[in-house]
Amino acid sequence: MKRLLLGNEALALGAYMAGVTVATGYPGTPSTEILEYFARYPGVYAEWSPNEKVALEVAMGASMAGARAIVTMKHVGLNVAADPFFAAAYTGVKGGLVVISADDPGMHSSQGEQDNRNYARFAKVPLLEPSDSQECADMVRIGLELSEAFDIPVLLRTTGRVSHAQSLVEVTAEQISRPQPAPPRPFQRNPGKYVMLPVNARQRRLALEERLRRLQEYAETTPLNFIRWGDRRLGIVSSSIAYQYAREVFPLASFLKLGMAHPLPRRLIREFASGVETLLVVEELDPYLEEQIRALPDLPPVRVLGKEVFPAVGEFSPELVARCAADFGFQLSEFGSRVSPPPSPPEELPAPLPGRPPVLCPGCGHRATFYALRQLMFPEQVAGEEDSRLAGNPFARATLAHRRQYGLVVTGDIGCYTLGALQPLWAMDTCACMGASIGQAIGLEKAGIKNKVVAVIGDSTFYHSGITGLVDVIVSGAATTVIILDNLTTAMTGGNANPGTGATVDGKPARRVELESLCRGLGIEDVRVLNGYDAEGIRREIAAAVQSPEPSVLIIRQPCVLQARPASSLVAWVQPEKCMACWACLVTACPALIRRDGKAAVIPERCTDCQVCSQVCPHDAILRVEREGVMA
Amino acid sequence: MRSLDFVLAGVGGQGILLASDILCRVGMALGYDVKKSDVHGMAQRGGSVISHVRLADQVFSPLVPLGGADFLLGFEKLEACRWAGYLRPGGVAVVNDEAIPTLPLVERTPYPDDATIERILRARAGRVLFIPAGRLASQLGDQRVTNVILLGALSCLVDSALEVWQQAVAERVPPKARELNLRAFATGRAQVGNSLA
Repeated sequence: MKRLLLGNEALALGAYMAGVTVATGYPGTPSTEILEYFARYPGVYAEWSPNEKVALEVAMGASMAGARAIVTMKHVGLNVAADPFFAAAYTGVKGGLVVISADDPGMHSSQGEQDNRNYARFAKVPLLEPSDSQECADMVRIGLELSEAFDIPVLLRTTGRVSHAQSLVEVTAEQISRPQPAPPRPFQRNPGKYVMLPVNARQRRLALEERLRRLQEYAETTPLNFIRWGDRRLGIVSSSIAYQYAREVFPLASFLKLGMAHPLPRRLIREFASGVETLLVVEELDPYLEEQIRALPDLPPVRVLGKEVFPAVGEFSPELVARCAADFGFQLSEFGSRVSPPPSPPEELPAPLPGRPPVLCPGCGHRATFYALRQLMFPEQVAGEEDSRLAGNPFARATLAHRRQYGLVVTGDIGCYTLGALQPLWAMDTCACMGASIGQAIGLEKAGIKNKVVAVIGDSTFYHSGITGLVDVIVSGAATTVIILDNLTTAMTGGNANPGTGATVDGKPARRVELESLCRGLGIEDVRVLNGYDAEGIRREIAAAVQSPEPSVLIIRQPCVLQARPASSLVAWVQPEKCMACWACLVTACPALIRRDGKAAVIPERCTDCQVCSQVCPHDAILRVEREGVMA
Repeated sequence: MRSLDFVLAGVGGQGILLASDILCRVGMALGYDVKKSDVHGMAQRGGSVISHVRLADQVFSPLVPLGGADFLLGFEKLEACRWAGYLRPGGVAVVNDEAIPTLPLVERTPYPDDATIERILRARAGRVLFIPAGRLASQLGDQRVTNVILLGALSCLVDSALEVWQQAVAERVPPKARELNLRAFATGRAQVGNSLA
């Protein structure tokens, strides 16, 4: 039977069928669904860990106990988990351990597009790269077997177009009846393997080289790496999703498909290279394969092309591969291309179109906070002098730069709320990586900038990497104000439970780590909890907190509107005769608000009755009315 | 080689992923190899969303090549225009006759008027069908069935048995919404019937 599966669902299925009993991870696009699907299977343990480092450490423990385990994360998550990842290569495993990293070429939902294949070489672990859902299901099983056979964790790397594409997977009845997990056993002590004191680590270091040497041999013969001979004038080396694009653009060429991309099969590459005239490496992001192939000793005299033809930045597509190859001089028709390269430069549309960037949802509990921050970032009064021209006009651009000089500095973090950095809210000055907002705020203060500083971080991000930042607030004696935007979920990845949610990955009740007591326990005396829709209260509290010489935490709590789905019978309505077209309401960037006939107006179908717009209107022009009455 | 490529475009939250799921089920029932690709995550927060569905004897890339789609299913007029370049010359555009405004203040380019929208779509498409799917969905009592109304219209243009579509819709939507969705599907089909008459 064939089933149409998301790459991530196929990874979960493959792991289940291979007898994985423990799966951990931290949600992050494009990896999130792997654990969501896995948690639905009976008789397994799955957890959203506080961060990727903890996730991998839990899985290492499970592996030591003899269980098969997987860990899921997005590419930048492996940066967080890098410490245990490198250590696990030394200690090795008992039960199979596969670390799944989903990369995001093109940065659809990430702060960077690092190529995590480099981690496999760096940490000296084998690397598997599926190119469709069938391979996802197969390779997670093969990865677990490899892990056990070679006593090493395996890195399985997907990209967004593998994780988030759906394709057919053969699922047979006997595959679904997975092996019974072994009954609990006593721990088998082995300090020489598990205690990485230098005296033991030096031995494991040598053992790691030996394991890699054997893996090198395995790579030569595994069916994951195979040659498909075609037209010998062109030999394409490729892996992951780029392989699928290359098959589409060069159906008749010869192919060396690498499912296992570390260690590389050197003899197989030499054999392939000696059989073709030109070797074309088609890979997204870094010249990972290309550089290693070029550096191979005894490479037959063959023309090697790679990043001369294709970009090292951004995501590939079939038309991009076709366009680049055609521009370089390849005759696509000779290789039976099914893709005609788009014209270069691209066709102009008959008219320019307005953009539609992502926005905070209508009713989002973060909106009022960013409006308040914006007011404090662009103060009406600067250095004691009031500019009357600005009164009630938050969009007076002429003096924005002047006002901004003195206004509040907002260090930001990673989550839906990073959208608060976009126009028109424009209320965030930094965003680097998970948890960075707090450390950056301390550094700005310690370096002695004139502005007041506030750190803004979401609840899940705070549990992930913000707690240690808050520890530093205490011990450094900083006066930092930390705003924790608490929507009780990890919203950006689709509403995943975090330590404050009180639920497991599969929705069962769980104990919570309460933010208030956590912050007080660390030593913050001034901890306040505010309502996310109270625009004026939030502005007042932030303004007061940043003036205080003591550190403080403002927990601004409002359940995510996508989870809570409020159903009010009332909606906002703008009285046209009272609207002075100051656009203060539009600055909140609410998708339910538009401009119509020179006035602000509400789209009632979208309004959730959060009442933020009516609070920010300086002319009291926005009322609440019966939804029934205004919907046509 | 048989092949059919679809691009579905609209605004995050319009039920595009559900519609492309149903389309994939239709493809499987018709015996095709099927691949589909969507973008998840931050882009879905009210932003522009596109879904690719490919049916063929053997599909490699999950992305439809630019200029290769046989059908463009537009859930919103502006988004249909934005992604019209995915249509092959002479392809068919089925577009929900509904405008979702862009964010005011920031976006300086005005929302295109109907004549401009028509001009952009006709520059690529051999045929453009506007379906008042949003309005019909409201009449059926649930805005969320806009997607299935559009699929109903599309089903008239794809060489396939009606039952295959009905079954795909019935299997994919929640059981309690099955009847409503089948009615929405029939409503969409009737629209094309009307415009062909």
